[in-house]
Amino acid sequence: MKIDRRSFLSLVAGGAAGTALSPLPWKLIDDSSIWTQNWPWTPVPTDGESNYVDSVCTLCPGGCGISVRKIDNRVVKIEGKKDHPVNNGGICILGLAGLQLLYSPSRIKSPLKRTGKRGEGKWKEISWNQAVSEITEKLSQLREKNIPETLACISGSAQGVESNLFKRFLEAFGSQNFMSVPSIQNSYDMTIELMHGAKGSVGFDFENTDFLLSFGSGILDGWGSPAHMFKANSGWKTNKSKMVQVESRLSKTAAKADKWIPINPGTEGILALGLGHVIIKKSLHNKDFVNNFSSDFNQFKKDVIDRYTPDKVADITGVDKSVIINLAKEFAGASKPLAICGRGQGDIPGSLKEFGAVHALNALMGSINSKGGMFIMPEQNYIQWDEVKADAISSAGMKKDRVDEAGSVKFPHSKSLLNRLSGIINSSKESPVQALFVTGANPLYTMSDTGQARKSFDKIPFIASFSSFMDETAHQADLILPNHIFLERYEDVPTPPGFAVPSIFLAKPVIEPVFNTKHSGDAIIKIAKTLGGSIGESFPWTCYENCLKKTLGDKWGTLLNQGVWMDKNFKPSTWANAFGESSTQFYFVPKSADPFSGPDLINAEGDQKSYPQILISYDSMRLANGFIADPPFVIKTVSDTVLKGKDIFVELNPDTARELGLHEGDYANLSTLKAKVKVRVHIFNGIKPGVIAMPTGLGHTAYDKYLAEKGINYNKLIGSVEDPVSGLDAAWGIRAKLAKA
Amino acid sequence: MKNKHKNNNAKKFGMVIDLDKCTGCGACMVACMAENNVPFKDDETDKLLSITWMRVYKLNNGESFPDFEECYLPRPCMHCEGEHGHSPCVSVCPATATDYNLETGIVSQIYTRCFGCRYCMAACPYHARYFNWWDPVWPAGMEKTLSPNVSPRMRGVVEKCSFCFHRYQLAKDRAYMEGRRDIEEDEYQTACTQACPAGAITFGDLNNPDHAVAKMVKPDPHHHGRPMNPKAFRLLEKLGTNPKVYYMSSREWVRKTGDKYLEDETKVKKH
Repeated sequence: MKIDRRSFLSLVAGGAAGTALSPLPWKLIDDSSIWTQNWPWTPVPTDGESNYVDSVCTLCPGGCGISVRKIDNRVVKIEGKKDHPVNNGGICILGLAGLQLLYSPSRIKSPLKRTGKRGEGKWKEISWNQAVSEITEKLSQLREKNIPETLACISGSAQGVESNLFKRFLEAFGSQNFMSVPSIQNSYDMTIELMHGAKGSVGFDFENTDFLLSFGSGILDGWGSPAHMFKANSGWKTNKSKMVQVESRLSKTAAKADKWIPINPGTEGILALGLGHVIIKKSLHNKDFVNNFSSDFNQFKKDVIDRYTPDKVADITGVDKSVIINLAKEFAGASKPLAICGRGQGDIPGSLKEFGAVHALNALMGSINSKGGMFIMPEQNYIQWDEVKADAISSAGMKKDRVDEAGSVKFPHSKSLLNRLSGIINSSKESPVQALFVTGANPLYTMSDTGQARKSFDKIPFIASFSSFMDETAHQADLILPNHIFLERYEDVPTPPGFAVPSIFLAKPVIEPVFNTKHSGDAIIKIAKTLGGSIGESFPWTCYENCLKKTLGDKWGTLLNQGVWMDKNFKPSTWANAFGESSTQFYFVPKSADPFSGPDLINAEGDQKSYPQILISYDSMRLANGFIADPPFVIKTVSDTVLKGKDIFVELNPDTARELGLHEGDYANLSTLKAKVKVRVHIFNGIKPGVIAMPTGLGHTAYDKYLAEKGINYNKLIGSVEDPVSGLDAAWGIRAKLAKA
Repeated sequence: MKNKHKNNNAKKFGMVIDLDKCTGCGACMVACMAENNVPFKDDETDKLLSITWMRVYKLNNGESFPDFEECYLPRPCMHCEGEHGHSPCVSVCPATATDYNLETGIVSQIYTRCFGCRYCMAACPYHARYFNWWDPVWPAGMEKTLSPNVSPRMRGVVEKCSFCFHRYQLAKDRAYMEGRRDIEEDEYQTACTQACPAGAITFGDLNNPDHAVAKMVKPDPHHHGRPMNPKAFRLLEKLGTNPKVYYMSSREWVRKTGDKYLEDETKVKKH
C-alpha cells in the first residue's frame, strides 16, 4: 500500500482526534497527578493511645521538667512541664529535639567490639556478657601487674549517683584518676573555698536582682540553667531591672541587654577591679558588710586604688574611662546589684583572678547571701555510702598521685584537671593511663587542641566508651558499652547550676529502651561484681535503681511521685555566720592561695607578629557543643551566615575585613599555633575590630549525615592555658591569622 | 433576618510576640517542626528551600560598631484577614487549597487539594509559605517521632503554619465530650507559644475581650484600627493585609523595620 500525503495526514489527524476523544490522556494525567502525591513512602503516622509521661531532661545539667507525649509506645513530642520550678512550661531548643536523639541514626544499638584498626569504624556486635568479660579481662591484667592506678575515667559530671559509681569503682580498683569535664562551676566552687573558707557552690537570686552586670556570661546563650535564665530575663524586662553585658562581641545576650559594653577579650577581670576602684574611691560600697564581716579590706583597697585606676583600666580593656566610672556608679547605686562571670555557656573554667575580682565586686556591695544577690549554697551530700572496701593492690594504687596533679602541692585546691591530661600523656614515654573509661563525655571533640588530645588517646592501650552515640570518642574506642539515653533511664539531677534552692530532680524512664543498651550505672556494678573480691564487695547494690533508691532514702518517694525535691526552708546564712564554720570573715585577700597575686591577664597563645588577630569562640543555643551534639531539627535552625553547605563562617568587623581585603562570603585561611583551617567570612558590625569570632558546636567528624563534616571544630584551633592558681583551663581565645584564600 | 445568619460567636485567633523578651533561641522553630511533622534534609543551609513554618529572623539597626543593635523576630504565618477574609494567598489560589475560616480567622492549607502552582507563595509578602521540592524522608526509625495529628506532606505541595489548628480541634472535641460548648483560653495554645522559654509569645482570641491578646493589642478605632498600645505593630501594615500576628517592641527602630519601606518609596498609600 502506498502512503500518500493525503492518507498520511488523515491518519495523523484521525489518530489525534481519536486519542483526544478517548479517555486515555485524561486518565493518564489524572493518574499521574494522583501518583505524584501518593508516594507509598510518604509515611502515614499510625494512631494510638495518647498519653503524657513526666520526667526531667538531662541533656544538660539545667534540670528542666519535661512532659513527654507518647502515642502507644513511641515518643512523638517533648514539652516543658508546667509549674516546674526550673522552666515552668518553657523548654529549650535542644530539649525539644530530644526525641530525635532517641531514634537517631547515630545511636549505638548494641555493645560493640572493635575489629579493624582503631578509628577505622569496623565493629562487631557482641552480647552484654561478652562485653563485660572483655572489659574485666583487660582490667584484671592491670591488677595482676600491680598498676591499678593506670586506670582512668573521664566523666561528663562529678555529681550524681552514676558518676559517683564510676568514681567509686576506680577507688575500689585502686585508682584516683577519676576526671570530670570542667566548667565554670569548678572556678566558682574554688572562689568560694578561697574567699569564704567554706566549701559550697553558688546560687544566684536572679528573680530579685535589679541590676545584673554580666562579664561575658551568655545568660541567653546557654549559661547556667538555660530555660531558667530565659525566664529570669523576661522577668527583668517586666520589672524594668537592668542588665549590662560586657563582651567583645554582640552575642544574643548582649543584643537583649539594656547596655552592651564591648571590651578587649580576656580583660573582663580587670574591668571588675577598675569598677572596684571607683566604688571604693567614691565610698559607694556597703560599709556594714565590709567593716563588720570581711577581712583584709585595707590591703585589697590599697591594691585596687594603686593598680587599677580608671585610666589604666581603660587602657587595658578598651572601655572608655567615663563608661567605667558611670557603670561603677550605676552598679553601686542599684538596690540589689549582682555581678556574674564565666564566658559563654561556661564550658571553660576561666581565670581565677577574674572570678575573684567579680566576687569581690559582689562583696563590696554586700550582694552575698542577700536578696537579689548570690547565695553560698551548702555542698550537696545526699550521696552517703560506706567506705570502699580495699585490698592490698587497691590500697597501693590509691597511694599513687593523680596523673593530672590535681590536689598536689602544685594545685592543692583542684579536684580534677582534665585539661592537663593530653599534655602529660604526650610527654611521657609510656602513657600513665593504660586503660580509660569515658562516660557521659566526648573528650575527643570537646577538649582544647583536639589534635593533641587525639595523639594522647592513641597512646592509651585500652579505651572503653559508655556513650549512647557513635561520637568522636566512641569512634576511637576499643569497646563500646552503650548507655540508655535520657528518656530511657533513671537519673538523679542535683541542684542545677546557679539555681538558688538546694534541690534534687529525678529523671524517669518514659519509654522502654529502643536498642540493646544498658544503664551505665548497671554496667559498672556488673563489672565490679564480675571482678569480685573487695571490688565486688564495694558495690552492695543489686542494680543501679536499687542503689539510687537506697541513696536517696526518704526522698525517693517524693521524687518518684513528683520528680522534684526542694529544700523549701532553705535560707542563705546571715552574714554573721555565713562564711564557713571556722570563720565569720569574707577574705578580700585569701590566705591560702591568693588569686590576685597572679598576673593580670591570661595571655592568648601565639605571637602578635605572626598572628595579628585574636580568635574567640561564641556559644549558641542552636549549636550544642558538649557531649550532646545537634540533632537534625536543631542544626536546621542554624543561620546561613554561620553555616552554608559544609562551610563555616567566622565573624569579622568591617574595618578589619577592609584591612585584610576580605568581603562578605570570601574564603579565607585561618591559622593559629594549633591548626590551619579554611573558613568563610561574615562581615559583622557587632564585633570589636581585630577580633575574629567562630561558633562552637560545628566540625563534627562523627555522628550522622545531618551533622558530620559540617564546619570546623573551634577546639581544634585552640589550646588550654593553665590558670596559675587553679591549674584549670583559663584560655579565652588564641592569636590567629586570617588571610584571603 | 440578616442578623440571624451573623455568627456572633466567631473567633479570631491571633498572636502577640514580645520582641523585648524574645531571645532568638529558636525553640519556637523546633517546637513547630516537632509538632507538625516538618521534614528535614541532609543540608538545610539553603534557606529558600528549608521548610520552617516558624522562622526567627534577625533584624539590625544598620549602625556600625559599637552602636550596632540586633533584634530577633519570629515569623509564623500571619493569618491575614485582609478585608473581610481576602488574604493575599487565598485570593490567588486556583484550587481552593487555602481558605480563610471565618469561624476562627485561621488561614488553612489543604494539602490534598494543592497542586503546587505556588501562586500563594508569590502572593505572600511574609515568605510564610514553603514548597515541598522533595519527598519527605525520615531516617530509619525516626518516623516513630511522627505525630498522628498532622499528616506529613507529599512532594509537590505548599505548606505553612496552621496556628496548630489540630490542637484547636482536639481541644474542642475534649470540650464537647465534657459537655461544654466552648473552650478556655489555655486549652488551645500553639506549640510555639507553649514552648517559648522566655514566654514571649501570647496566643488567644482577639475577639474575646477577656483573652490576653485582646487586651494587649486593643484596636484604636480612630487610627485605622491599629493597636492603642504604642509598643505594638504589625509587619508591612501598609499593604493592608490585616495580619493577626502582632509584635511589641520598646525600640523605635524595630517598629520602623516592621513596616519597612523601599529606599525610593516616599509616599505611603492610604488605605
